[in-house]
Amino acid sequence: MARHIVATTSEIPPGGNKVVEVDGRDIVVFHVNGEFFALLNRCPHEGAPLEKAACVARLTSSEPGVYERSRVGEMLRCPWHGWEFDMRNGQSWFDPKRFKIRSYPVAVERGEDLQKGPYVAETFPVHVEDSYVIVDA
Amino acid sequence: MSEIIDRPLRDDEKPAASKLRIVDCDVHPSLHSFEDLNAFLPKRWQQHLREYGSHLRTPYLFTTPYPRSSPLIARRDAWPPTGGPPGSDLAFMQKQHLDPLDVEFGILQVLDLFIFSQQNLEFGAAIQRAINDWQLAFWSHRDPRLKASILVGQDGVDLAIDEIERCAKTGEYIQINVSPRANEPLGRRRYWPIYERAQALDLPLGIHVGGYGGHAPTGGGWPSYYVEEHQSNAHTIAAQLASLVIEGVPERFPKLKIVFIEGGFGWIPSAVWRMDQHFERFRSEVPHLKRRPSEYVRDHFWFTTQPIDEPDEARHLRSLIEWVGIDRLLFSSDYPHWDFDDPRFAFKTPLTEAERKKIFSTNARAVYKF
Repeated sequence: MARHIVATTSEIPPGGNKVVEVDGRDIVVFHVNGEFFALLNRCPHEGAPLEKAACVARLTSSEPGVYERSRVGEMLRCPWHGWEFDMRNGQSWFDPKRFKIRSYPVAVERGEDLQKGPYVAETFPVHVEDSYVIVDA
Repeated sequence: MSEIIDRPLRDDEKPAASKLRIVDCDVHPSLHSFEDLNAFLPKRWQQHLREYGSHLRTPYLFTTPYPRSSPLIARRDAWPPTGGPPGSDLAFMQKQHLDPLDVEFGILQVLDLFIFSQQNLEFGAAIQRAINDWQLAFWSHRDPRLKASILVGQDGVDLAIDEIERCAKTGEYIQINVSPRANEPLGRRRYWPIYERAQALDLPLGIHVGGYGGHAPTGGGWPSYYVEEHQSNAHTIAAQLASLVIEGVPERFPKLKIVFIEGGFGWIPSAVWRMDQHFERFRSEVPHLKRRPSEYVRDHFWFTTQPIDEPDEARHLRSLIEWVGIDRLLFSSDYPHWDFDDPRFAFKTPLTEAERKKIFSTNARAVYKF
């Protein structure tokens, strides 16, 4: 597996996603609460596009009338038949032994660590004072 | 070390063009809004719809008694970018469904307003007439792949006959649709004039699940949950199959063709085996039947495939298909509803090329004479 730069972090807002093509595969990258997850953009059941999935929470109930939501936004609900998957590893929630979405490791790295540019621009020191940005020029 | 692929695909990189050429026997178009019908609906009934709404025997206007999985029962990816409900935008339906899946013919099944179940029969007839005209103007005439059905409510038999005659004159409709849940079981004599016309006009009778006829949707009473109600589609169709066969409809109308849509097919083998068994024992009770029930089913009835059964072992699906008979099955997708079946992936059992061709195309082409 090769590393592919697929987006800037600001391109994918929290709760949003972006579909990228990597070596012929459609991969969907989700942004949840500051974390990014990448999965094959295809439900293992009938092939629905997971970019249209609902990002839901894990819902549990200890007794009738009482429910708890956890892992908000991290569970995927397929746009067609409603199959649910764990976004962190692609594991099916209702039949984990038989179904899984292919998932891919994701890293977030600073641009300057990825590639040092050949050009160096003239720079000016910047100070942040309270909520104002001041540029000394 | 890294690469961003953002260029367009070259021709040799694109997936092979689809060669499916399918007939999809269940495609749901939707109204954008009731205003769509104004061109086809007399002022009097426009006003009636505006002021009184729908007349169904269920609680809640313009929705179903059970929340059905997703808004408007639809695939989440089927909402048109131009706005409006899923199934209301032809261009989007073409782009998302008809073109990529290579749908050669798609048969329109309109469920808006549950028009079969309208209890004000004159209002129902006016709405059916408007919807029948709308199917041609908004769909078939704009995309000839999409075939319209003559929708009628069979509890107003005389009104239904008038509408069938009016539509049949155009030569543009490919079947007559009636409700699976009428006031009485469908085999009853009161509905025979409709079957007589269907046979005379050589138009199949299409019966799509849904609606509420005033009876509980299951023989066991009213369900509590949607998942439970969903089972009732199969129960209802099983009951109507028995009614039509045992009351003698195919015996009386030997050229009538009946297509059950979205009622499943896994239950058919057992239903037919039982009917045959009891027929052998009690045939003196129904001497009007000249043949075994299974023979009527084999010659007169077809069943669409969606929602396809998904047994744990794929070979069991294979057995079901063989027991029902590969010639009886017509592919349907149910687009844009949430329980849509994708023709490429829904059949999780091996089929030969010849078998696929029958289920996905030639069976339907023979029934509907495409």
